[in-house]
Amino acid sequence: MSATDQVWNRRQHNRNDRLLRASNALGDTLTGKLLPATRIADLLYAVLESGDRVCLEGNNQKQADFLSKALAALDPTRVHDLHMLFSVLALPEHLDIFEKGIASKLDFSFSGPQSGRLAKLASAGKLNIGAIHTYLELFGRYFIDLTPRVALVAAQAADRHGNLYTGPNTEDTPAIVEATAFSGGIVIVQVNEIVDVLPRIDIPADWVSFVVKAPTPHYIEPLFTRDPALISEVQVLMAMMAIKGIYAEYGVQRLNHGIGFDTAAIELILPTYGESLGLRGKICKHWALNPHPALIPAIEAGFVESVHSFGSEMGMENYIRARPDIFFVGPDGSMRSNRALSQTAGHYACDMFIGSTLQIDLQGNSSTATLGRIAGFGGAPNMGADARGRRHASATWLKAGQQARAGKNTIPRGQKLVVQTVETFREHMQPAFVDKLDAWQLAEQANMPIPPVMIYGDDVTHILTEEGIANLLLCRSDEEREQAIRGVAGYTPVGLARDKRMVENLRDRGIIRRAEDLGIDKRLATRDLLAAKNMKDLVRASGGLYNPPKRFRNW
Amino acid sequence: METLNFRFENGTRKIGLRPELVGVVSSGNLEVLIEPVDLGGACSVEIKTAARGFGAIWEAVIGDFHKRWQLADTRIAINDMGATPAVVSLRLDQAVESMVEER
Repeated sequence: MSATDQVWNRRQHNRNDRLLRASNALGDTLTGKLLPATRIADLLYAVLESGDRVCLEGNNQKQADFLSKALAALDPTRVHDLHMLFSVLALPEHLDIFEKGIASKLDFSFSGPQSGRLAKLASAGKLNIGAIHTYLELFGRYFIDLTPRVALVAAQAADRHGNLYTGPNTEDTPAIVEATAFSGGIVIVQVNEIVDVLPRIDIPADWVSFVVKAPTPHYIEPLFTRDPALISEVQVLMAMMAIKGIYAEYGVQRLNHGIGFDTAAIELILPTYGESLGLRGKICKHWALNPHPALIPAIEAGFVESVHSFGSEMGMENYIRARPDIFFVGPDGSMRSNRALSQTAGHYACDMFIGSTLQIDLQGNSSTATLGRIAGFGGAPNMGADARGRRHASATWLKAGQQARAGKNTIPRGQKLVVQTVETFREHMQPAFVDKLDAWQLAEQANMPIPPVMIYGDDVTHILTEEGIANLLLCRSDEEREQAIRGVAGYTPVGLARDKRMVENLRDRGIIRRAEDLGIDKRLATRDLLAAKNMKDLVRASGGLYNPPKRFRNW
Repeated sequence: METLNFRFENGTRKIGLRPELVGVVSSGNLEVLIEPVDLGGACSVEIKTAARGFGAIWEAVIGDFHKRWQLADTRIAINDMGATPAVVSLRLDQAVESMVEER
């Protein structure tokens, strides 16, 4: 066969076949790209082919829930063996698709609330997991070897041509739609409303194949709202140690926070404790962060210069609109988030990540995997990893690099600060420090090639507990590193097995620093230090602009 | 319910005369009463805890507390409702810091 006989546009032909089948099936119920919700099953039967790779938009906040239900309601004798791609597998319907036999293969990033059922289905052979990814990895593979044939996504609104407004919760939509639309795939969108004129166009109509107005608005999870009333005094103490012992020490200006109460406590004592240390303008200026309500007091106090977000947060819309110098808003005034870009920003343009975890081992590897649950990674590993491709310098990055390299014959290079913050015991006296991560056993149970580690020990630079800070950058041997970790592991079995003399030596050298070594008065570690003590205080701090979801309104 | 008793002889630091009550008896928390009592230079600690089987951890927590403060003629009574060692140590340190300063 000569080169000229080769067919080079099979995917385009296939797309045209699918579009023709849809047009035949829907007849005149299809107006341009718009179809009524009642015909969604007919559309899916027309465009899906068994074995298709299908990306269903489930983010950690926005969910294409109407399309999920529609897919899960299909007849598995007509559509089967789909290969599903999810950022976040969050809804029961996401797993119903596998239980019913409509799909058989899965590649994903995070499964949070469904992690227990996912583990059961995997061990029952109902699904075959390709791999568990970080967000950036998964988005990357959409353009390499996991390109979707069909994408099912969610937007706030469409106009009659099929242009989309994804608004504050744009999240993963651009990455998914781009990978699908530019590879001869089909893009189906559920929207909350169809309007004549959109506030702005986030996705142009010619990337979109079909639009359906869902009977109810898509679900959004307020995942980043932390009620300050639930922050403990131990968390306040740890927040003080973080600010004085790490933020001030390294002059951290560009950073990302995890979503736990530990980091919410840090955000909430910036205007009080941070201010008293004279740190305004010196730390915490630029953030890769969702619009955390707990950040409002620090923004109002003038600590924060900019925030770029992965997604949005329910109730923050009006506050964001009123602070366009801080957040990334469009000409229409509403925010646009973008998970792929904010993850990139968090990886390459931030000098520090700080977040919590469930288990840390003696090498500093940390994992949120627990037995019987396949929870995945989400975005934390992209934040909590030294960016090996980074080339620009900053004072923070250089200082960390110098500490790690002092006395070694290596070329100068910086390093990202990766801080794990944990109380030594979690609830029910579960130790956070362990000899061996549960991840090993989970890997065995679920046949994974490697244990699911959230943050690798060689990326972790500091471990912060109520007992103090271990600076792993300054450790000069594996043994020192192990004792530094034991030295902040409190009364857990790992902590009690420390070599006391060696730990005291590490303390003398500033590798371990206790609250008293940092000159912190523990009597200040009370909830009085929180700039907002409850949800109502957050509303007040926002000048009434923050409008918390109902479940957080306790007044 | 479990009761644990510890006594440390030859303390070097005395506390203020006013007894101090800190904390609350609620889940995951504890109540601590610290008072000056003539114990011949010793410090005694009585713990009533709702969580059984943590004697070894209590011994380590209270032992370290004594090493930090070296209290003399002090009686400490703890009502514990399953507080973590982190909470116990912080409550004790916060209370004693004020009492030592007061003298």
